[in-house]
Amino acid sequence: MISSVKIIYRAWLTCWHMLTNCKYFWPAVLSVGFAFCLAASVFEFLDLYLQLILIYVGINIILAVSLNLINGYMGEFSIGHAGFMAVGAYVASLLTVYVLPPGTSSVFFPLAILAGGVGAALIGFLVAIPSFKTRGDYLAIVTLAFGMIVKSVLENIDAIGGPRGLLGMEKLTTLPWVFFWTALSVWVIRNLVYSNFGRGILSIREDETASDLMSVNTRQVKMIAFVVSSFFAGIAGGLFAHALQFINPRMFDILKSTDILIMVYLGGIASISGSIIGAVIYTILLEIMRPLGVWRMVFMPLLLVLLMIYRPRGIMGLREARLFMPLRDVVTEKFWRREDKGADDATP
Amino acid sequence: MAYLFQQALNALQLGSIYALIALGYTMVYGILTMINFAHGDLFMIGAFFCFLLAVYLKMTFVTTMLLSMLGVACLGVVIERLAYKPLRKAPRVSAIITALGVGLFLENFTLALSPYPKHIPSLLENFIWTVGSLSISSMQVLVIVLSLILMLVLDFIVQRTMAGMAMRAISWDKTIVPLMGVPVNAIISLTFAIGAGLGGAAGMMYGLAYPVVDPYMGIMIGWKAFISAVVGGIGNIRGAMIGGFILGTVEIMVAAFLPSTYRDFVAFTLLLVLLILRPYGILGKPQPQKV
Amino acid sequence: MNKSAIFIALLVVLSLLIFSCNKEDSSSVKIGVIAELTGDIPAVGASCKNAAELAVKEINDTGGIQLNGKKYPIRLFIEDNAGKADQSASCAQKLITQQRVTAIVGPNASRYVLPAAEIAESSKVILISPWSTAPKATLDSKTNAPKKYIFRACLIDPFQGRILAKFVLDNLKLKKTAVLYDVASEYNKGIAEIFKEVFEQNGGKVVAFETYTTNDKDFSSQFTKIKKAEPEIIFLPNYYSEVPLQIQQAKRLGITVPFIGSDSWGSEELLTLCGKDCEGYYFSTHYAADSASGVTKKFIASYKAQYNAMPDDVAALTYDAFGLLRQAFQDAGRNDRQAVRDALARIPQYEGVTGNMQFREGSGDPVKSAVILKIKDGRFTWFANAQP
Repeated sequence: MISSVKIIYRAWLTCWHMLTNCKYFWPAVLSVGFAFCLAASVFEFLDLYLQLILIYVGINIILAVSLNLINGYMGEFSIGHAGFMAVGAYVASLLTVYVLPPGTSSVFFPLAILAGGVGAALIGFLVAIPSFKTRGDYLAIVTLAFGMIVKSVLENIDAIGGPRGLLGMEKLTTLPWVFFWTALSVWVIRNLVYSNFGRGILSIREDETASDLMSVNTRQVKMIAFVVSSFFAGIAGGLFAHALQFINPRMFDILKSTDILIMVYLGGIASISGSIIGAVIYTILLEIMRPLGVWRMVFMPLLLVLLMIYRPRGIMGLREARLFMPLRDVVTEKFWRREDKGADDATP
Repeated sequence: MAYLFQQALNALQLGSIYALIALGYTMVYGILTMINFAHGDLFMIGAFFCFLLAVYLKMTFVTTMLLSMLGVACLGVVIERLAYKPLRKAPRVSAIITALGVGLFLENFTLALSPYPKHIPSLLENFIWTVGSLSISSMQVLVIVLSLILMLVLDFIVQRTMAGMAMRAISWDKTIVPLMGVPVNAIISLTFAIGAGLGGAAGMMYGLAYPVVDPYMGIMIGWKAFISAVVGGIGNIRGAMIGGFILGTVEIMVAAFLPSTYRDFVAFTLLLVLLILRPYGILGKPQPQKV
Repeated sequence: MNKSAIFIALLVVLSLLIFSCNKEDSSSVKIGVIAELTGDIPAVGASCKNAAELAVKEINDTGGIQLNGKKYPIRLFIEDNAGKADQSASCAQKLITQQRVTAIVGPNASRYVLPAAEIAESSKVILISPWSTAPKATLDSKTNAPKKYIFRACLIDPFQGRILAKFVLDNLKLKKTAVLYDVASEYNKGIAEIFKEVFEQNGGKVVAFETYTTNDKDFSSQFTKIKKAEPEIIFLPNYYSEVPLQIQQAKRLGITVPFIGSDSWGSEELLTLCGKDCEGYYFSTHYAADSASGVTKKFIASYKAQYNAMPDDVAALTYDAFGLLRQAFQDAGRNDRQAVRDALARIPQYEGVTGNMQFREGSGDPVKSAVILKIKDGRFTWFANAQP
């Protein structure tokens, strides 16, 4: 009985490896996924509520993956991520509500989202500057303060609704759009991390002074990492605004940043598949537990604490799904895993 | 002139509360290099204990104060033993996320048990002395004086007792100190107890000054106190006190001269500028980085 | 990785199963309620929920709503918006997509109605708010044209602000007011501005116009500024959970002038939280429980029998909202959102617990009168009526 299961498992594994190593695997998967989402949205064979959940899952994946770039891959501690999301949300919404001519908003929607991302990227650029000198917990404070400053600046601009919020967005976020942006962000960040430039990001996490001595331009690397991360957070914010059709500054306060942090650390730092898993689990678990009412927010942190005690680095830890890693990394990882089994405290 | 004085009194009151909470953050950080993000919620629990003791057991002011400080101190030790001790060898960030989780748990647990904001009955007669056009309420004076007393007591404990010396030793070098015969676990629990006790006292005083308590009151105050602890130099007790008073003053003065919605914006920008000018905080020492 | 992959796949399949388990249920009429059960104004949400359950129980005890000869019971879905505007929006989304309700009752506070109304309007689902008085709730945010699917069961603030201003000037004969309001909340800001405009137009002077943000606990700076301006009365158009704190802090700073409020004071919790600090103050609201007659008296009796408490204005208005919906369903004859909406707008005259009401032409706002209550001996007592 066990041996037959093993045989089936091994057969499936070989098929899987053959499939994923094929050159056209990813384009095929992505086009099928996109076509499915398009059909589901247009022909509505997927329950409306389910579509809504999937949209939120997609947005959370983008947020988790972008925060993982800074917290996991670069090793900094950024707790102001919701601030970037807020900027993206407001810029995109202002464009679709006030600037774009009425009726054309669904055509120009991707441009509005992009503009939101660019706005957030500019703020990310500003945040990167103090990060050159400050380290560790002090950088945490800088990002926290930035997040709170963004929130209170938005509260004080009465023209965009101030603390009462911004209304009037149409429901432009549909499942195919979310799929597109999610796939794009995962693709960009995965390729960034496994490129030569990305090695610089990893080296900053391991030892910043040493990498500085080894001719890694730490300033440039930090800058670009922050900009990319905030760009995608802005995109997620724009999508979020057009899914909920309402935004106010209070939605993007420290509690939202905490939510994103939890998703990242739940899934596992420095792992793209980890962020995806963390975002999916967090969103779906919260929805499933909704009948519990207030008690769901009591059990969720409890589960988180238990998970942290027993798996301090999250579900995926510092590992990555074979699916996302380039071939030479897979080979190298196998080699090192054979070399020292058990030494798992590579990172502080 | 009297207007300025009045606002200065308000600032002292708010600043003392921030300072007491910031002390809790700083003490835990000094010993464990861990940011205990659940501290703001311990403050909230202190206010709730005060409510429970005052309303259901009808105790007087002094007993309520001592008992709620004791209660929160015990809770702090329990949290430390259950949630933080297993993570001493783990990466620091996991401990921080655990702290966030504990904080969320405390908030939502209290919310689930009591969704209505609760009102604390006044335990002391409130006198109002008028000096010219100045109105000094005895509650304000009590909060300021009590906080100062607690801070002096803390300073005494840390500087002049054996336990305090052990705390300072652990914050210098954690690995050597156990070899010197210091019971590290006991001292760490004591630090948590003292820090939580101070937070609980702050919660009770806040509950007396602003008598409506609700489960989410600790969040913003906790984060603001954390920022003031860092501005003063995290790990440094005197720095935390200074940071707390700075934040309280900035907040009150901004609301005094500008519309109150600018309060957060100006406060945080000022703090950010302070951090950029002095990246290790006002009284903090730069940590040399070894390669 | 493979272990987690299997786990994830199981989770996704499980959730897909759970979520698509929605049988098409056409044997009952589904109505959703969004109430502020937790958060900063839970007493309002609790009243709304109680009154909703009472109304539905009464209707279901007679068999249900009569549609085309057959009786359909009402299925009630109650969602908690936790006192957050974005939660209001997601509750509305959930009620519309998952439970597929025909109509939504609530939310109550204007700042929570606006986001839910956006979603209801774009999904073409009826939303009737029992207690929201801010005019923006039923108007389109960009064009200010009335929304088609959004209604309310109560009066609106241009009327309320005006009668309060006139009350201060004509009845209390005071000319200098100070205002402290929550700038982060649509209702507070709206009525404060209307009050200021009418007050100054009729010869009064607003000497201080201070703001704070929701969940602020410290008002000492604002009251210090107000004290310096020397008003004769202070207007606090804020919710029942914040007013006691504000009045206590003002008194602690040595302010001795009276206070006046608006319908957000109407909850009994205000008396519990405020104690004797609120003695003798006036506020405007939707109905007076102690001077009730006819249908109102019957409602108060059944509410008291069921919940052992006096119904406040939120409860009475929620009860009326359900009454209006029942009438609309019966007039429409079928469980169709568009038909019910048209029937609701065309109701000629509805005799409710809070007075007679009829929706204005093309608008979701009814024409209603108000009452002024006084806090005497720790209870709300009727003081005066005000007609539109």
